[in-house]
Amino acid sequence: MAWTSDQPIISLKDVHKSFGNTEVLRGITMDVRKGEVVCIIGPSGSGKSTLIRCINALNDIQSGSISVEGQEVSDPKLDKLELRKKVGMVFQQYNLFPHKTALQNVMMAPIKVLKQDRKAVEERARALLKKVRLEGKEDSFPGELSGGQQQRVAIARSLAMNPDVMLFDEVTAALDPETVKEVLQTIKTLASEGMTCILVTHEMGFAREIADCVYFTDKGVIVESGPPATFFDQAKDPRTREFLSQIL
Amino acid sequence: MLYPTRPTVPVKGHLPVLLPMRSTGEPLPLTDRVFNLWTAALLFVACAVALVTPALAQQDGESQRSIIEILLEWTPTIGSGFAFNVLISICSMAVGTVLGVGLGILQVSPLRFVRQVSWAITQFFRNSPWLVLLFYCILLIPFQIEIFGTEVPFPGWIKAVLGLSLPVMAYMSEYVRGAIMSIPEGQWESAESLGFNRAQTMREIILPQTVKRILPSWMNLYAVLTMATPLVSIVGVNDVMALTRAALSAEGRVDLLIPMYLYILCWFFIYCYPISAFTRRLERKFSVQL
Ligand SMILES: Nc1ncnc2c1ncn2[C@@H]1O[C@H](COP(=O)(O)OP(=O)(O)OP(=O)(O)O)[C@@H](O)[C@H]1O
Ligand SMILES: [Mg+2]
Repeated sequence: MAWTSDQPIISLKDVHKSFGNTEVLRGITMDVRKGEVVCIIGPSGSGKSTLIRCINALNDIQSGSISVEGQEVSDPKLDKLELRKKVGMVFQQYNLFPHKTALQNVMMAPIKVLKQDRKAVEERARALLKKVRLEGKEDSFPGELSGGQQQRVAIARSLAMNPDVMLFDEVTAALDPETVKEVLQTIKTLASEGMTCILVTHEMGFAREIADCVYFTDKGVIVESGPPATFFDQAKDPRTREFLSQIL
Repeated sequence: MLYPTRPTVPVKGHLPVLLPMRSTGEPLPLTDRVFNLWTAALLFVACAVALVTPALAQQDGESQRSIIEILLEWTPTIGSGFAFNVLISICSMAVGTVLGVGLGILQVSPLRFVRQVSWAITQFFRNSPWLVLLFYCILLIPFQIEIFGTEVPFPGWIKAVLGLSLPVMAYMSEYVRGAIMSIPEGQWESAESLGFNRAQTMREIILPQTVKRILPSWMNLYAVLTMATPLVSIVGVNDVMALTRAALSAEGRVDLLIPMYLYILCWFFIYCYPISAFTRRLERKFSVQL
């Protein structure tokens, strides 16, 4: 069955995931369409990270189904490389490779994994660093960059693989307030260019501004979801309202 | 006491954070205990006394050559013997390092069986006396092997190199395993999400980062290995010790024994001290950076 871009690019159906005896995801169902920006919010430990890690197969699931562009992620015959070309991921702790410069960090995967031509990759990597407004930092090592700069290098590094979907797991949670803005600006630009984004975030203002749909998770289930205007102002579930009143 | 210990009574202005970071249970590396300025000074004073006293005492003796003269005469021989020790140490280090890195990587294999076997090999060779390993290699390896009809000789020193490389391999294996495990999980995950497979991640991302962590221990191991090379004289390799014994019996002078061996000690000291000093500098530098 060929996937066409009018179908959901990511589709989760009744996903269950346990670590040992603790069930972390208890039946998650969600669809994300191409070009959509989805924000996932929820209390700590509610399974947000686990959820997006399952989407690019960093975690496997016990039951249910996850498909990315029609490709079943939990299929044991899955070509992981094909999946990872489609889905980029940015982590809270940046996870840059400390022994490589910013430029090398961005160039590494396309050269070593996709075996692309070095010259072309370098050109694209420089353009990407420029796009995340880091020109002049190409030859800096991660240790010489601020948190916000490192996180933007990490975004550029993911983009270098030309993904169709980007996953962001609390990418601003480790940053100081001033640098949060730079990173959010970068994500906003991406979203406005039509990149499909799934973000786990605690930045409610940002979620309200850029999300097409907001999901609230608690204890491994999606409690409530909807477009930001209705979600933030007319939350129906008492759990959502309590969480929002604490955080806003 | 060569190293400052913590005062038991709190002293005003005494900041424990300023002390060098060493957990109390952890012993100093062997080379640190053996090589420091105190032992250096002691060794040189001892040398001077040992060399000068008999030389002075013999001034009224008739035709006997002075000890210093004899040592100088034997210096080329001893030097070439010492060079042989250095060669053996470098070869064992090279072989041991290559094997050890491989074994260390197997120790973190996702396959349980591979992990267990490589762990067992590592532990076995790490806890065997070096001399016994040497004997085994000398005895078990034939002195020539036939490859496609041609006899390839297998001289004793090569067997000795193999024997000494076994413990080096085991120590390296442990260093590599420890260093790999100390790399944060996030490095593996971000590599995986970028499409790197396990081998690529290991080669391009994990191992390059372990080099810095392993380097000080590796150099320390080299210094210890060099000091262990005289063991090969016991299994019949003509290293500096064997040559020294030959020189001593040729001269046949009892008063030569102590100065001669002190002289050998000086050779080793002069070779190993800079290595261990440099190692400590690296350790300090990295411990600040990491
Ligand atoms: N590798 C693991 N092994 C065992 N339990 C895990 C593992 N990873 C996560 N968990 C558990 O799963 C639950 C959900 O974790 P998860 O990281 O998905 O939460 P989260 O919503 O992202 O929280 P936070 O906002 O703090 O990041 C937690 O209770 C956590 O202890
Ligand atoms: Mg999380």
